[in-house]
Amino acid sequence: MRRAYLLGVLAFLYIPVLVLVAYSFNDSRFALAWEGFTLDWYLGVFRDPQIGRALRNTLVVSSLSTVISVVLGTALAIGFHFGRFRGKALLDGGVYLPILVPDVIQGVGLLSFFALVGFPLGLGSIILAHVSFQISFVALLVRARLDAFPRSLVEAARDLGAGPLQALAKIVLPLAAPGIVAGALMAFTLSVDDFLIAYFTAGPGASTLPIRIYSMIRRGVTPEVNALATLLLVFSLATISASVLLTRSPEEGVKAR
Amino acid sequence: MTGAGRGTGRSGVLGGGGFVAWTVGPAAVALVFLFLLPLAILAGYAVLTTGEQGEPILPFTLVSLTRALDPLYLGILARSLRLSLETTAICLLLGLPLAWILRGMRGRARSLALLAVILPSWTNLLVKNYAWIVLLRQEGVVNSLLVRLGLVSEPLPLLFNEGAVLAGLVHTFLPFMVLPLYASFEKLDPALLEAARDLGAGGWERFRRVIVPLSAPGIGAGVTLVFVPALGAVVTPDLLGGARGMMIGNLIQNQMLLTQDWPFGSALAVALTIASLVVIILALGPGRRGERVELL
Repeated sequence: MRRAYLLGVLAFLYIPVLVLVAYSFNDSRFALAWEGFTLDWYLGVFRDPQIGRALRNTLVVSSLSTVISVVLGTALAIGFHFGRFRGKALLDGGVYLPILVPDVIQGVGLLSFFALVGFPLGLGSIILAHVSFQISFVALLVRARLDAFPRSLVEAARDLGAGPLQALAKIVLPLAAPGIVAGALMAFTLSVDDFLIAYFTAGPGASTLPIRIYSMIRRGVTPEVNALATLLLVFSLATISASVLLTRSPEEGVKAR
Repeated sequence: MTGAGRGTGRSGVLGGGGFVAWTVGPAAVALVFLFLLPLAILAGYAVLTTGEQGEPILPFTLVSLTRALDPLYLGILARSLRLSLETTAICLLLGLPLAWILRGMRGRARSLALLAVILPSWTNLLVKNYAWIVLLRQEGVVNSLLVRLGLVSEPLPLLFNEGAVLAGLVHTFLPFMVLPLYASFEKLDPALLEAARDLGAGGWERFRRVIVPLSAPGIGAGVTLVFVPALGAVVTPDLLGGARGMMIGNLIQNQMLLTQDWPFGSALAVALTIASLVVIILALGPGRRGERVELL
C-alpha cells in the first residue's frame, strides 16, 4: 500500500520527463511509435549555430555571475557569522527574500531599474540580474557550513598569534570550502536554468540557452527540442548531484564539537 | 553600514571596525541596488501616469492600481488565486502521506526515495513543462493512446486549459512541499505519538491534534514554497494554458513587454509582491533561520 503510493507519486514526477527523453532517441520525426534508436537529433542540436551561440552566451553569463556571487556571498556569510552590527536582524531576513520572491517580479523590477539608469540590456545586465539572486543561495550554503564548526577554532588561532587575515586564510576559508564549492555549483546551475529573469533583462539579441529553448518550444514539438531538453536535464542533474555530494560528504573536515 | 564593527568586543575575532564593512558591505550594496531598488522603482511606477509610449510620467495617480480591479483583469487575478490555491491543496494532499511514508522508511531505501523526490526539483522548468506538451497536445502521447485503445474517436483538447496548467504546476512544485513536511515529520518524537495512542486517540485524532500542530513550521514552509511561486508563475500558464490559462504573471509580462504600459505592469507587480510577502511573513515569520536552511 505504502510502496504503491510512493511508486505512484514517483511515476507522476518521472514519467512525463522520461517519455520526452525516450523520444529524443526515437528514429522518427513524427511517429509516436518507437521506430528505432538514433542520435541524429543530438547531432542536429550540436550543428545548430543558434544553439551554439546561445550556449556560449549561457556559459559566459553563468560563469561570470557565479564568480561574482561566490565572492560577494562568501564574504557576506563570513561577515555575518563573525561580525556584529546594527541592522543585522533586518539583513538576516532580507537576504532570503530574493530566494522567495517570484522571478517575474525580480525580472520586471530589474528591467525597470536598468531602463531607468540607462544600463544597456545584454549579457552584462543578465549577469547582474543573476548575481542578485545567486548571492542569497551562496550566503545560505556558506553560513550553514560556518555554523557547523565551532567559533573557538578561530579564537584559538588568534590567541596563538595569527593575524585576522591569516586566520581567515588558514582557518575560515578552508573550513568553509565545501560550502563555498556547493554554493558555486548551485549558483551556476540556477543561472544556467534561469529563463524568466534572463528573458526580461536580455534585450534583443542576447539569447541564452533557456531563452532559445523557450522560443523553440513555442514553435512546436520537435525531436531536436527533445534532445536539447534531455541535454539540459543531464547537465542540471550532474551539477546538483556534485553539489549534494559536497555538502553531505562523510569526511566533514572538522566535526562540530 | 553605519555602526560597522561597533561593540565588537569578543566578536571581533577577525579584525576591527573595517571587517563588517568589507565583508557584508559589497553584498549589501548589491542587494540594495539589484533587489530592493528595483522593487522600489516598481512601487513608484505603479502610482505614476501612463505616457504616450507607455512610459511612466507625472502626475501621481491611482489609475493603474484601480485598473487591476477592472472585470477584464479581475478574471485573470481570480484564476491566478484559484490555480495557486488548487496547486497548494493538491500538493499538500499528495505530500502529507508521501512525507509520512518517507519518515517510516529506513536506511538506504529512505535515502534513495528522498533523492528520487528531490531530483525533479532540480529539473529545468522549461523541460518539465515541455514534457507535458509532449504528453497532452492534440497529436500527443495521451491522445494517441486514447484513440488507439478506442476510448475516444477524436483527440481530446487536453492542452491549453486550466487543467493542463494545474498538472504542470503540481508536477513542478510537489517536491517543494514534500521536503519541508518530511523535515518536520522526522523531528516528531515517536513517544508523543505513542502517548496519544495510549490515551485513546484514533488515527485521525493523532494526525489532527498531535502531528499537525507539531509539524506546523514544516507545513507553513511547504505551503509558502508552493503557493508563492505558483501565484507568480509565468512559464507554465504560458506554455500549457495559452489564452485560457493566463495568470497574473503573464499579464505583467504582457504589460511590460508587449503593451508597454509600465505603470499598469508595475501596479500588477506590486500587488503580486505584496501578496507574496504577506504569505511569506505569515508562514515563515522572522527568526526561524534553522528551518529556512532546511528548505534547500
